[in-house]
Amino acid sequence: MNIIAKRSASWVRGCVWYLERRALQESPRRFLHLLRNVNQQWVTFQHFNFLRHMYVTRLNRSFNQQIKPKPEPVPSPFLEKASLDEAKTEIYKMRPLSPPSLSLSRKPNEKESLELEPTPVIEGSIAVGTETKEEKQWKEMKLRVDDLPGILARLSKIKLTALVVSTTSAGFALAPAPFDWPCFLLTFVGTGLASCAANSINQFFEVPFDSNMNRTKSRPLVRGQISPLLAVSFAACCAVPGVALLTWGVNPLTGALGLFNIFLYTCCYTPLKRISIANTWVGAVVGAIPPLMGWTAATGSLDAGAFLLGGILYSWQFPHFNALSWGLREDYSRGGYCMMSVTHPDLCRRVALRHCLALVAMSAAAPALDVTTWTFPVIALPINLYISYLGFRFYRDADRKSSRKLFFCSLWHLPLFLLLMLTCKRPAAQGDAGGPQS
Amino acid sequence: MAALRPPRRALLRLCRAFSSGGCQLAPERGGERRDAAPSRVSRFCPPRKSCHDWIGPPDKYSNLRPVHFYIPENESPLEQKLRELRQETQEWNQQFWANQNLTFLKEKEKFIDSRLKAKGLELRAESGQKATLNAEEMADFYKQFLSKNFQKHMYYNRNVLEAGCSVTTASPDQ
Repeated sequence: MNIIAKRSASWVRGCVWYLERRALQESPRRFLHLLRNVNQQWVTFQHFNFLRHMYVTRLNRSFNQQIKPKPEPVPSPFLEKASLDEAKTEIYKMRPLSPPSLSLSRKPNEKESLELEPTPVIEGSIAVGTETKEEKQWKEMKLRVDDLPGILARLSKIKLTALVVSTTSAGFALAPAPFDWPCFLLTFVGTGLASCAANSINQFFEVPFDSNMNRTKSRPLVRGQISPLLAVSFAACCAVPGVALLTWGVNPLTGALGLFNIFLYTCCYTPLKRISIANTWVGAVVGAIPPLMGWTAATGSLDAGAFLLGGILYSWQFPHFNALSWGLREDYSRGGYCMMSVTHPDLCRRVALRHCLALVAMSAAAPALDVTTWTFPVIALPINLYISYLGFRFYRDADRKSSRKLFFCSLWHLPLFLLLMLTCKRPAAQGDAGGPQS
Repeated sequence: MAALRPPRRALLRLCRAFSSGGCQLAPERGGERRDAAPSRVSRFCPPRKSCHDWIGPPDKYSNLRPVHFYIPENESPLEQKLRELRQETQEWNQQFWANQNLTFLKEKEKFIDSRLKAKGLELRAESGQKATLNAEEMADFYKQFLSKNFQKHMYYNRNVLEAGCSVTTASPDQ
């Protein structure tokens, strides 16, 4: 976390330095006046306001940084009284860099995986000509075919989908059946398509909410890069072949699980986010189903080992999500999201700790259920103890620092845990082959 | 709650349009682009040769991006009703979120003031910066605000889904 903070700080200082130079070229008097008040070590609020005049844009995907003056923000005519000071309008305030977690989070439709802002924006207001400035911020809602792959990738949360597919692959590989490549590839593609569909529908439902949260305000539907109808069509074009592939290419059980998971995520979890804290438990089930699907794809049946794997993913969601949600309480409260971190903070931390300990217990159950050898709980013990320790610190300290540490630990803990399971997989005994795939 | 009422009248008009013939719009002469009545949000006017909708920057209070709807020359009554429905839905959403965000900010300020007073601290430190509470102190406020606005969100959630689906299913793609 310190490394991230230092990097963020140096990035901010770098931006500030660059912008100061440009500002100096453009409006020296104003700049010099402000400079007198600027603390050389840290950017003060006034300094930042001035620098918010500069607007960094990204052209044609490549990172050509170009500073454009941006118009005064037009006061919203929806409100008669616009009497807030700048200090109060935090809606556009610059947040610290979101740490890149997308590559390691696991849920199929990860509720809270952090996304990197594609364009670092420092907004501001040098008035050059109000109308032209405002006009420049408007974009034509025309679908650009060149941009479509990138837009669809963001719509389907492609990195999250990749991780969901990894957990499915882990389930497939850990299942006690000979590794069948065609079946594996069909499962891989089918699950990937199902996850894309679920994520797209989720974004379709949540546009106004995503607009109001810093973490999600750059999503394609929020920015108008794709029409809602096209987003839903894309989701349908992923869901139908995805589920069909799983049902007829793999086996009906896997297909049913895939369809059920899409339903659970889009029609249960998504609305529940704003109704009750039970959404977290439902979301944990959503995360637990992909490894189950991998297992059923390989063996054709749900047995104890499958449920153990599902249980591991289920338990993992809690330290991961509860720790993440600790830092998002303001956005959740304003957006009307019912999350434990806001409504029941003690429960939030207790549940996170409880499930860290459950992971330890499940490591011990793995050899008992013939999924792995007895080496596994021994070699997994250090990482399990470490995450439990961080869970305990989060429970006791209940602050941002401990929540971030736990969150970041969860990001590397799961892949390592699954890798260790794979290396300690119980070798197939004679006559111990899994059921045939139908 | 009147300000939060969803565009039900527009929905009903749309349904009537499906069942009845509807009237024809007088054809527009000339090749000029026609635009929807200027949105209250912005003075923006798209270029004449464009025949797509335009999306603007996030609104200062609601954070939602306003859309300037394009009116085609041969717009049918149904398309007109759809456009009006989309416009109303957009305004309804904008009002809700602008109201919500402003309320949040005002109540947050009040909470911070009352807590600082209770602690006996000044609202502004010697350097002139506003004193704030840390995240743990603000947690009580977040919880209070969420439960206070729960019913409002339930109402909004029920209606926004309905409005969004009806707009999307009738939406012509750009």
